[in-house]
Amino acid sequence: MPETVRNYFGAITDVVQTFWQGLSVTLSHMLRRPITIQYPDRTEKRVADMLPARYRGFLEVDMAVCTGCLACARACPIDVIKIAVDKDPANPKQRVITQFDIDESKCMFCGLCVEQCPTSAIAHTREFESTVRAVENLVFRWVPDAAKPAPFYRPVKGQDAPRAPVGSIMRVYLGSQVWAAPAPAWAVPAPGKDKG
Amino acid sequence: MKITTALDSTSLTTRYPKTALATTLFFMLALPFLLYVVLLLMLPFNQPETLDAVAKRFGWDLGHSPFRDTWYGVILLVEATIVSLYTAVFAGVTTWVERRIAGRMQSRIGPNRPGVFGFMSWVADAVKMLFKEDLIPAEADHLLFRAAPYFSMVGLTLPFVVLPFGESVIVADLNVGVFYVTATSAFVVVGILVSGWASNSKWALFGAVRGAAQVVSYEIPAGIAIMVPVLMAGTLSMQGIIRAQGGWPWQWFACQNPAAFVAFFIAVTASLAEGNRTPFDLPEAESELVAGYHAEYSGFRIALFLMVEWANMWIMGALAVTLFLGGWQIPGVSVETINQTRGPDVLPSLTWFCWEFVSLVVFAVKTWALVILFIWLRWTLPRVRVDQMMSLCWKYLVPGAFACFIFTLFWVMVPASVHLVSGVVISLGAALLLVKFALRTRKNIAQVKGARVDLSNW
Repeated sequence: MPETVRNYFGAITDVVQTFWQGLSVTLSHMLRRPITIQYPDRTEKRVADMLPARYRGFLEVDMAVCTGCLACARACPIDVIKIAVDKDPANPKQRVITQFDIDESKCMFCGLCVEQCPTSAIAHTREFESTVRAVENLVFRWVPDAAKPAPFYRPVKGQDAPRAPVGSIMRVYLGSQVWAAPAPAWAVPAPGKDKG
Repeated sequence: MKITTALDSTSLTTRYPKTALATTLFFMLALPFLLYVVLLLMLPFNQPETLDAVAKRFGWDLGHSPFRDTWYGVILLVEATIVSLYTAVFAGVTTWVERRIAGRMQSRIGPNRPGVFGFMSWVADAVKMLFKEDLIPAEADHLLFRAAPYFSMVGLTLPFVVLPFGESVIVADLNVGVFYVTATSAFVVVGILVSGWASNSKWALFGAVRGAAQVVSYEIPAGIAIMVPVLMAGTLSMQGIIRAQGGWPWQWFACQNPAAFVAFFIAVTASLAEGNRTPFDLPEAESELVAGYHAEYSGFRIALFLMVEWANMWIMGALAVTLFLGGWQIPGVSVETINQTRGPDVLPSLTWFCWEFVSLVVFAVKTWALVILFIWLRWTLPRVRVDQMMSLCWKYLVPGAFACFIFTLFWVMVPASVHLVSGVVISLGAALLLVKFALRTRKNIAQVKGARVDLSNW
């Protein structure tokens, strides 16, 4: 008989104590800072700047130091880099690049192209955010106007190529990208064609 | 150089911050304030004699008009609409409060994008529900399926008739007010049973039958616990019970009688069970029955069921506040003081209206505190099993309620000074417990390395 009575009142005491502790725990959680990170607009720094330095994001090409060797286009296992070269009509001794397209929608960010580049003109940035309405607009055109081609860079012996800081060109490029831009008039050429 | 990401789909709140702030402030402050002001201006004068007197004051002889009864009907209809609007707005705001509190208790943020602090999320949800497809299962009983939400709505809106919002702000001060609330709030279970049966679904039927068992069982301890303050006040009328209390905590019934203190907790637990709130939300049991008795409902019909559940919390809270926590009594201001400011004119003075508004605010603050407690309990406790729920009711709450009742039968014969002493002792004890609780919470935070009270990250 006393056993049942002890159990009965013990149950009531248990309930009161566990309610007390439980309510205190939840209140203590409520008063603390939630662990949610409010991506993308309420982070302390841009998420791209919080990534490791060797993060393999979108590829950026500094045309000022591109030698036109086509090593990156040859290295790419899925042929997302399309380069077209030509002779400069004004100066036959100078060769120019008239087209340098990287199809980021197909790129697998393996980094084989970056390994081959002699001047680090092509490099991975830490940018990974690019949403556009038309998937053809994910082809990043580093020579936007074929009428203004980029001349081949001639490396100076014994000096590193003066490449712009990695990421600076990409930020300008992404800043000018418009989400709802219509698809370009030209069609993206099929992979595997002649690269010269 | 402006650094932007390529994402262009920024929310309306970010693009038009001033409009978002204005809309949020309107819904958060202006709308409830307007509703309260309309209630304050209409409800003290909704008896025929007072209506006639006020109309005569403005030069309209309503008492002898041939359409007098029609006008009374129109005025009552307008009052009913305003009170129903109040229920709906309250249900909506409670969803926002609940989701934000639940979020922070789970170490995440609740809705914070629509409107400032996510306040417009309930408006967005309401509009969304209206646009959803209205599905009725093929084998369901069409008439009963359609009628079920309205039974629950009746059970929700009728108790608002006797809820004492303020000192004279009550739709009808029935002299059986408490009994009326217990009786009419039982309509909700009719809606649950009808919806469970008419859905032609096993889960809905289980949920409905569990719900019926729960509500019917918990009516007993609720009713007996409610009899305790009725005994102490000597009347069933809601305003009468509040007038028998005072503004200060040691004048509340919960503190004036140790049995009433226990009965308060019994009444709150039984109310939670009647309102299908966790830990007693077996009829819905989201993880088992996928919304139980309203599993087959969609669109506006389920919005009505959900509205009934949330607005029911206001009734639960209001009942507990009226019976145990002093209602609208303002600490330090007695009812005679308010009556003296009324003035000789048939239209009361502005001071009287201000005091009434203060009593409205006191009632609202106390009820909101209880509603937040209910929300807090929901996100702290796991759900009870069906057999645990029944044994809790019949083996613990019913004997406990009877014990409190019999204690009170003798307590009311004791002189009033003992009541005051008990009031002071229990309210001091409760204040000490609150302090102890706060310290315990602080210890909980301090035990985790690197944690501190931090209300940022909204």
